[in-house]
Amino acid sequence: MSARHLAEAVRSGARSARSVLDEHLDAISAREPEIHAFNVVLTEEARAAADEIDRRVAAGEDPGPLAGVPVAVKDNMCTRGIPTTCSSRILEGWIPPYDATVVERLAAAGAVMVGKTNLDEFAMGSSTENSAFGVTRNPLDTTKVPGGSSGGSAAAVAAGFVPLSLGSDTGGSIRQPAALCGVVGVKPTYGAVSRYGLVAFASSLDQIGPFARTVSDAALLLEVISGHDPLDSTSIPEAPADLTSVLDRGVEGMRIGIIEELSGDVLEGIAGDVRARLGEAAAALEAAGATVETTSVPSTVYGLSAYYVIAPAEASSNLARYDGVRFGLRVDAATSGEMHTATRTAGFGDEVKRRIMLGTYALSAGYYDAYYGKSQKVRTLIVDDFARAYGRYDLLLSPTSPTTAFSLGEKTADPMTMYLTDVCTIPSNLAGHPSMSVPFGVGDDGMPVGVQVLAPAMGEPAMFRAAAVLEAAAPPGAAA
Amino acid sequence: MTERITRQDVAHVADLARLSLTDDELDAFTVQLADILDHAADLDALDLADVSPTAHPLPLVNVFRDDVIGPTSDRDEVLAAAPSVEDSQFKVPPVLGEGL
Repeated sequence: MSARHLAEAVRSGARSARSVLDEHLDAISAREPEIHAFNVVLTEEARAAADEIDRRVAAGEDPGPLAGVPVAVKDNMCTRGIPTTCSSRILEGWIPPYDATVVERLAAAGAVMVGKTNLDEFAMGSSTENSAFGVTRNPLDTTKVPGGSSGGSAAAVAAGFVPLSLGSDTGGSIRQPAALCGVVGVKPTYGAVSRYGLVAFASSLDQIGPFARTVSDAALLLEVISGHDPLDSTSIPEAPADLTSVLDRGVEGMRIGIIEELSGDVLEGIAGDVRARLGEAAAALEAAGATVETTSVPSTVYGLSAYYVIAPAEASSNLARYDGVRFGLRVDAATSGEMHTATRTAGFGDEVKRRIMLGTYALSAGYYDAYYGKSQKVRTLIVDDFARAYGRYDLLLSPTSPTTAFSLGEKTADPMTMYLTDVCTIPSNLAGHPSMSVPFGVGDDGMPVGVQVLAPAMGEPAMFRAAAVLEAAAPPGAAA
Repeated sequence: MTERITRQDVAHVADLARLSLTDDELDAFTVQLADILDHAADLDALDLADVSPTAHPLPLVNVFRDDVIGPTSDRDEVLAAAPSVEDSQFKVPPVLGEGL
């Protein structure tokens, strides 16, 4: 059942929030040991929250648009009184003294948080294999990865543990796992959703967004979490656009460009089955009245190189705070300097160390201009190329991921091979634009394919309209 | 682009980043970081002389608020999360005398 229908049933008193919750907790009990979507399941807290929703409904109150809807939250968003680990040893056992703004907004909308989901440590990765607490498996084939870094949030929705979840997306960490698990995943416009309480990875790129099984549910959740927050200085002051009311308006008259650099022969490794589904998606949009043609956004091919300098550079600075003084792990030593080093060496996993060192190098004297400075200029080229493209098109289209879900362990030996899976999603983060992944049939292996819809800043309404058309036209998805 | 990152470079940035690496880790990270930086060499093909850098997707300006006291974190709750505390302060091992 969709989140929308669940909330309607709870608000009208037709169903109790407690029965909705218990049904989902049963689903979690049945398959969570095999999937490992969660770092923690909050059974007692969730039951208390659901009972409170039922009490309010009985008292004639309206608990809000997500009344009684079970949700899961990526474990890099702060939850007061509940551990927030980022799937890292360095934060194991840390209890945040405050809630992230999105967590407050979920509660204010009547949602019931059932757990914190697994991720690649500090959201650095594309398969959820970098978690310090074990891998998450793809519910559609447990020999495959769920994608990452928000793999736990994607798997929780795909497995039916929750109808909605939150992830964070720095270079594709919502959209890529959404594609690999066959669910809808949205990276909103930078600044549309408050980052207050989101543990920082790369601050100029990070953005929180929804996972859902339907486009309509994703719109509902995005509306709940969007809006200005004085606690985030990069929060957009303007009121967020209405999404749920425009979903059925179609794409008649829209101009849509397929990014040729990300969809064909320009980049190696875009699989034939993924390209075939993209072609069918384009045809579906055309059949619905849009003009669809292939177009060039040339600098998008340089996004990956620029990203893997910029994101580690920002991470090396953001992760300097883990020094064993104020929170999290401390490994004792004779002096403070030795304590910092012993703590960070024991607390961070290899991928986090790799990115911290890469970023430190790219920012260091003698290399700044060659790496960080150059990458920032490439970021300008990408912003400018998108601006030109959006002068001619309302929306752009590409694959979300170059391939369907790969096998556990397949790409862990070579970091660069793993990084290449983000090639189609990174450009939107560098430009600060919204984009989303919509399931569109399956590949040759029977695993889901995601089509990425890209829009200019604040272009969510048109993006969701196209996503709704794609959802309605999509061939059958993978069966769980 | 520039010369390849060396084992000494990696040891230096590890030290800057307060990370201690074994010899085997140093070998492995040197190869991996070099591969990643080699990939970034494709940027050398671009003429960037007249391009200004972008640090951030939004046209950011300073954000001010009225100077009114609002809710703040509870001191005891914050200190409770720290590994070591004394007299309402974070406690650390000696800082001086380590040759810094």
